[in-house]
Amino acid sequence: MDWFPLYNSLRIAAVSTVLVFFAGVCAAYYVARMPRLVKGLLDAVLTLPLVLPPTVVGYLLLILLGPRRPVGAWVLERFGVRLTMTWWSAVFATVVVIFPLLYRTARGAFESFDETLAQAGATLGLSNTYIFWRVRMPVCRQGILAGTVLAFARALGEYGATSMLAGYTPGRTATISTTVYQLWRTGDDAMALRWVLVNLAISAAALLALNFLERREGGQKSWR
Amino acid sequence: MALTAKFTKRLGKFRLQVDLAAESGAPLALLGASGSGKSVTLKCIAGILRPDSGRIALDGTVLFDSETHIDLPPQRRGVGFLFQQYALFPHMTVRQNIAAGARGLKGGERNRRVEALLARFRLTHAAERRPGQISGGEQQRAALARLLAAEPRAVLLDEPFSALDSFLRWQLEEELRETLAGFPGPALWVSHDLGEVRRNCPRVCVLEEGTSAPARDMGELLADPRTVGAARLTGCRNFAPVRRGTGSGTVEVPGWGLTLRAAGPWREGVTTLGVRPESLHPAAAGEENAFACEVVRVTEDIAAMLALLRPKGAAADAPTLWMALGKERWASLPDKKGLTVAVRPQDILLLTDSL
Repeated sequence: MDWFPLYNSLRIAAVSTVLVFFAGVCAAYYVARMPRLVKGLLDAVLTLPLVLPPTVVGYLLLILLGPRRPVGAWVLERFGVRLTMTWWSAVFATVVVIFPLLYRTARGAFESFDETLAQAGATLGLSNTYIFWRVRMPVCRQGILAGTVLAFARALGEYGATSMLAGYTPGRTATISTTVYQLWRTGDDAMALRWVLVNLAISAAALLALNFLERREGGQKSWR
Repeated sequence: MALTAKFTKRLGKFRLQVDLAAESGAPLALLGASGSGKSVTLKCIAGILRPDSGRIALDGTVLFDSETHIDLPPQRRGVGFLFQQYALFPHMTVRQNIAAGARGLKGGERNRRVEALLARFRLTHAAERRPGQISGGEQQRAALARLLAAEPRAVLLDEPFSALDSFLRWQLEEELRETLAGFPGPALWVSHDLGEVRRNCPRVCVLEEGTSAPARDMGELLADPRTVGAARLTGCRNFAPVRRGTGSGTVEVPGWGLTLRAAGPWREGVTTLGVRPESLHPAAAGEENAFACEVVRVTEDIAAMLALLRPKGAAADAPTLWMALGKERWASLPDKKGLTVAVRPQDILLLTDSL
């Protein structure tokens, strides 16, 4: 059995999750403190990929990044790099699709954060950077962690936009989900089932890890 | 050393107008009903909220000045803030919380200060626990220790006992009083509890619907609250519209059909007469300011009986009066349906609606 799709899926999911972690936390932090009207508008825009079909996301990304489209053509001419049909093309697709998951959970966590903790930190002379990384983030840890695991799990399962941007090239861009589709299409049911089981195992592990993290956190809090 | 704050701040329809000065030595109380702007006042002084205009200074350092556009961030104000719910960092141990306050210091010195504060506030046993695992009293001590670790030049206390039950409150008040007595800078103590203020702060600044009154001695405030709001805050329960009487030093309460003698001078703008329930008592023979009343209802309180009275000859819509009387004294009254009560002229409070 060729394990490349597993390796490729994991690296796409890992890179995307790291990128989305910083982008999502940043966006959540700033949107949470916006005036209500701007907040509603930005929130709608940033959540859109969650409700759009992945094929629509893929289509929109191709309009932007395709080799004959403005950004894609410029990068191709300037750096000689094609933005589509490589393994990391899937990262573009995955980042857009999983962004709302992390953004929304992080925003929820930030909004339920007790601002007096940050205010107390400021009156104690703690810098805003310290307050953000050593007070706000750890206190909101549970929500942000949950969003991160969820985003990672979703990244592993991304199919629609990925297949449009990265295609299916065995040994180069194949992921678990595109492999399952190809195997099923070509009638190799036994092999498809194997990959299905692999995918189920990883997703289940991710969700169990999430539950475990939440329980440990909860246990700590309720102890008095 | 002194903290002076004179500023205005608008929050929606609410307008805050503060003018106060706290000296070192003993805390200045900021007494006000809920929603009177006490917390906002503290947050403006600490730099958490920005006033619209005005000036805040601490020992000659300008913290905020709208004219010269000075607005120091909270980090550089040197103003310690004890929050209502203490705002301890929940993910850190007590030791880490206190150490966070002492972050300006280097390793060894910092450790020494943290250890000293843990010992001083009797928290050594709880040093490795988190705020959620210690009692309310320990939480307050930890918050105080953390605040002092940052060596503030002034301290703001926002209802320091509102998160505690009454027995704990009693014990901790003594400790807090001692801590503040050893603090060299000015302190501002926000409260809505008259008893708490009476026990801890010799001087009081009353905040009424966003406007602060000049600070006064506690005894003076109790003897002559001047406004209806201040009278309410200081425990007065009986109010009635009043006008100046024809005789010298007399006032008329039309609703009760009474003319009473008041010791205080008549001030411009007085609209309301106030009488504390404890100031009313069964009249002695020949006592002045005596009037016959019907007893409407009697309620038993912890230390006294509370009788709701309606003066004979009162208009139907006139306010009734509460009288608080010691239980033995009440039991010895021959007639509990009707009685003649009196109020001494110096206990009649002549009040204006606002400042």
